[in-house]
Amino acid sequence: MGVFAADTLQGPSVNWFALSPLLVMLGGAMLLLVLAALTPAWPKRWYATFTAAVAMGSFAMCFPLWHRLDIEGPSTLVGAAMHFDKTAVWVTVTISVAVFLAALVTDDYLRREGLDGPELYAMYLLAAIGGVVMGSANDLIVLFLGIEILSIALYVMAASHRKRIESQESGLKYFVLGGFSSAFFLYGVALVYNGTGSTNFDAIVNSVNSTIPSEKGHEALMLAGVAFLLVGLAFKVAAVPFHFWTPDVYQGAPTPVTAFMASAAKAAAFAAMLRVLLLALPHWSDDYRPVVWALAALSVVVGSVMAVVQTNVKRMLAFSSISHAGFMLVGVEAATHRAGQPEPGDGPSSVLLYTLIYAVLVIGTFAVVTAVSRTGDAATDLGSFRGLGKNRPVLALAMTVLLLAQAGVPLTSGFIAKFGVIWAAVQERSYGIAVVAMVAAVIAAYLYLRIMISMWIAEPESGDGGRESVRTPAYLTIAIALSVGFTLLVGLFPDWLISLAP
Amino acid sequence: MLDVVWLIPALPLVGFLVILLFGRKLGDPASGYFATGMVAAAFVVTVGVFADLMSLDAEARTEQVQTLFSWVTVGGLKIDLAFLADPLSITMCLFVTGIGALIHLYAVGYMHGDSRFSKFFLYLNLFAFSMLMLVLGSNMLVTFLGWEGVGTCSYLLISFWHEKESAATAGKKAFVTNRVGDWGFMMAMFFAFWAVGSLDYLHINEAAGTLSGTTATAIALFAFIGACGKSAQLPLYLWLPDAMEGPTPVSALIHAATMVTAGVYLMCRISPVLEVSASYAGWIIAIVGVATALFAATVAVSQNDIKKVLAYSTVSQLGYMFLDVGSGAYVAAIFHMVTHAFFKALLFLGSGSVIHGMHHEQDMRRMGALRVLMPITFGTFIVGWLAIAGVPPFSGFWSKDDILLAAFDKSPILWVVGLVTALLTAFYMTRQVIMVFYGEARWHDAHEEHGAHGDLEPHESPWMMVVPLVVLAVLSFAGGFINLPFSEETEKLAVWLEPVVGVHHSDTAKLPLALVAIAMGLIGIAGAYAIYYFKKAKPVEPKILADAWGYDRAVSAFMGGPGRTAFEGVAWADSHIIDGAVTGTGSLVQGAAGQARKVQSGNLRNYAAAVGVGVVLLLIWFVVGRGIL
Repeated sequence: MGVFAADTLQGPSVNWFALSPLLVMLGGAMLLLVLAALTPAWPKRWYATFTAAVAMGSFAMCFPLWHRLDIEGPSTLVGAAMHFDKTAVWVTVTISVAVFLAALVTDDYLRREGLDGPELYAMYLLAAIGGVVMGSANDLIVLFLGIEILSIALYVMAASHRKRIESQESGLKYFVLGGFSSAFFLYGVALVYNGTGSTNFDAIVNSVNSTIPSEKGHEALMLAGVAFLLVGLAFKVAAVPFHFWTPDVYQGAPTPVTAFMASAAKAAAFAAMLRVLLLALPHWSDDYRPVVWALAALSVVVGSVMAVVQTNVKRMLAFSSISHAGFMLVGVEAATHRAGQPEPGDGPSSVLLYTLIYAVLVIGTFAVVTAVSRTGDAATDLGSFRGLGKNRPVLALAMTVLLLAQAGVPLTSGFIAKFGVIWAAVQERSYGIAVVAMVAAVIAAYLYLRIMISMWIAEPESGDGGRESVRTPAYLTIAIALSVGFTLLVGLFPDWLISLAP
Repeated sequence: MLDVVWLIPALPLVGFLVILLFGRKLGDPASGYFATGMVAAAFVVTVGVFADLMSLDAEARTEQVQTLFSWVTVGGLKIDLAFLADPLSITMCLFVTGIGALIHLYAVGYMHGDSRFSKFFLYLNLFAFSMLMLVLGSNMLVTFLGWEGVGTCSYLLISFWHEKESAATAGKKAFVTNRVGDWGFMMAMFFAFWAVGSLDYLHINEAAGTLSGTTATAIALFAFIGACGKSAQLPLYLWLPDAMEGPTPVSALIHAATMVTAGVYLMCRISPVLEVSASYAGWIIAIVGVATALFAATVAVSQNDIKKVLAYSTVSQLGYMFLDVGSGAYVAAIFHMVTHAFFKALLFLGSGSVIHGMHHEQDMRRMGALRVLMPITFGTFIVGWLAIAGVPPFSGFWSKDDILLAAFDKSPILWVVGLVTALLTAFYMTRQVIMVFYGEARWHDAHEEHGAHGDLEPHESPWMMVVPLVVLAVLSFAGGFINLPFSEETEKLAVWLEPVVGVHHSDTAKLPLALVAIAMGLIGIAGAYAIYYFKKAKPVEPKILADAWGYDRAVSAFMGGPGRTAFEGVAWADSHIIDGAVTGTGSLVQGAAGQARKVQSGNLRNYAAAVGVGVVLLLIWFVVGRGIL
């Protein structure tokens, strides 16, 4: 007989099947750490292969889950702490794909830098768990747990290049600022709890519904709580003016890690933002919509303009990712017009579609940067790309496709993504933000052109002869090929993906 | 042949792909001939489609849509990759592929010996493909795709000789200016989609009658911004004169005959929307057009670079076309587009032949007396000159006449400005002919300065350059006969285009206007002869004209000075002002930033403080703005 009888500590019933992608990732991470600790160094490529296989496993589990959702409809899990719906599965797919591609990109990188080992891979899987939790949360505390699981892994990953001081600086900066923003988020959770008596999304909505309309939670403290939650989320998606960490961290972190941050972390953060704004706080939509509008407008403009004046490609892509976040926020803004209504409109699906398309796109782009950065991961200025078209035409062509897609050129996936969010905004009659976004897209095109000019037109820098040549090992090539293939496939035949977006 | 419309753009695309893969193996000149063959084949297909279209009823000609596949079909959104073959688009295709093939052939001779010969034809075929997509697209998105494609090719071809700093800069200028226009196009697209729910030209034009005046005006004016960028109208014309840095066949094909007319084409394509937009929209277009025409003509008078004269002349003639778009006379605009494509391509190729013969000398002050040494170039250039100067019965006379007639109907003031432009056009073209082909040979001394070439003897160009000249000369002479203003019978082009763009009716007596126009042309020619041939008067070539009224310089100064400063200012402000302000405000949030302050990096503290400022702003908005007030 234990101290507790079975019925005194009743846990919630758990639908293990619905959690299977999470369990696959968790099991994979544990297995990798334990096995790698107990065995001598694994042969070349095994760590990456193992991680990619785990990611594929969680990806594969999403199919039966999707099918079940088609039949049974959405539900909640673990005592209403998490959602089981298509949004959650979509985010899981996005993150699994990101882990898969990032593992392939990381493989040769670690050996090239003399850092090979299982740790980074385990971190990918653990961060992915945090991301999936963020994307499925139905409770502010659960969401916070997801954010922390993801973020702590990211801090370590950013600092994981032991030989580069920039990497460690990047990790430290991210850690301090991330901790700072998490504190705000947590304070926001506390204030919302104070105002509504719960942290569960449904309970928050119910508590407001049951109060007298004139007192609909417009007390200053409750509003401050909403503001703090928004700060935490805006920091995670890197929206202006909460973006300052992004260029430094993106530039300093190991390039494959940067790719992972820009893809998986962004996707998770946007899913979380949609959930909080639309499901937990629909009653305050008139209060926060102008803020989302301002964040979106600032992000697209500042991201685009600042990107154009950079000379380091990683920094350029960092600012470009801020601009992309702005575009996603345009979709979020559109979604907030329907907050609390039964018909969600095109806003949420346009954002989720954007996150998936952008995740693949940005990993492909950073994969090329990984190859070009050469041993030491430092050759990321524009000059390093000069003459790539001459020496490595196929690689340069792949990069061109990816850049054109980032610029939103038709017949690439990037166009479908941008078109989706602007279309959603136009449908909600948010013309102002749609116009601002289009102007920003026009400015940002110049940035991608600058990289293309360096690759195709500019001659290699003099004295470049003795430089290490750009290598593209097998796994890296596969990752680039898959991203380019997906980019063109979705660009040419977007229907299937658009119709899947929840 | 109507079911093979897709072949028209597909053939140059095949050319592009083959040269992409095997260009180096094919080499010089095989890849050039191959590219020429592909465009020529596209021309043959176009002729077949044209014949098929002729055999249909006038009504049925406007709705021949070929859908290749549905690109996006989700919810209310349906976008097809589809081609629209109607009199307007096929007219464009005929001269794009026809003149395109001739210029390809010419380029085989012109580019001979260039180290990147096959790459040149790679871009040229890609351009032909994009241009045909632009023209044939049945919805605005396919057109936009082509629109971006021709812009990119133009950019690549302008800076083809990128070793030259000026060529690289010119390419960038073209790109940046065109982006402004692209934004206008995108806005027009979104307005149209929002108002009509479709991007199909057929749907948009059908629904034009139901649009509110404001919406139609917005679509028309945004499309016009796009057109101004592509077709080099004030204030966005800047890039076109600089684009002359590209090889001459590029100037002839892209910057005279085809791409720069895309803006005019777009306006004609959505002409039903223009018809229902507010009357000031038409006035804006007409005034911008005529102002550009006059402005560029005055500048052309003082240019000494043989290609710069033609470049400003192109800007000026495009202004004429917009004058008519604004006046509602679309047939006249397209008529002039066609004849202009003939004679301006001819003049450019002629100038290219001169440049080729003179070993890349472009300054007209160092030419002269070339008529004996380059007889065929001379003879064909004369035809082009008479055509653009508006001497009957050359093609330019007929189309310019239509332009001025429609302008007169809109307002006599527009007509007068148009007339002055016609006079200037005749003047500067005569000046050019005299400076290049008459007078004493000035290239001997020029040559001694150069010194490097050994014996410079201007020579006639090889056959593949001469044949296009002769063909274009015939077209420049006879091209006007497709639309003679004597009766409805002879106005073949107008009858052909009527189902698409309608027809402009005029009660004005045509003959007196035509006589005045002829007189103006002759005065211009006579004046130039008096000054440059008989030297009766000193040439008046004020520096301000050579300098394009200082506009280009002013813009460059602004972009290079305040504009650049502003851009750099943004970067500077980010690192200094924002950081600084943030540091200052930082004390406000000391409590919260306490954790950050422990770290000794000033940078990091500023970043954290920036977050703090954001928090304060959000709190002010939520708590004060939404809560208390």
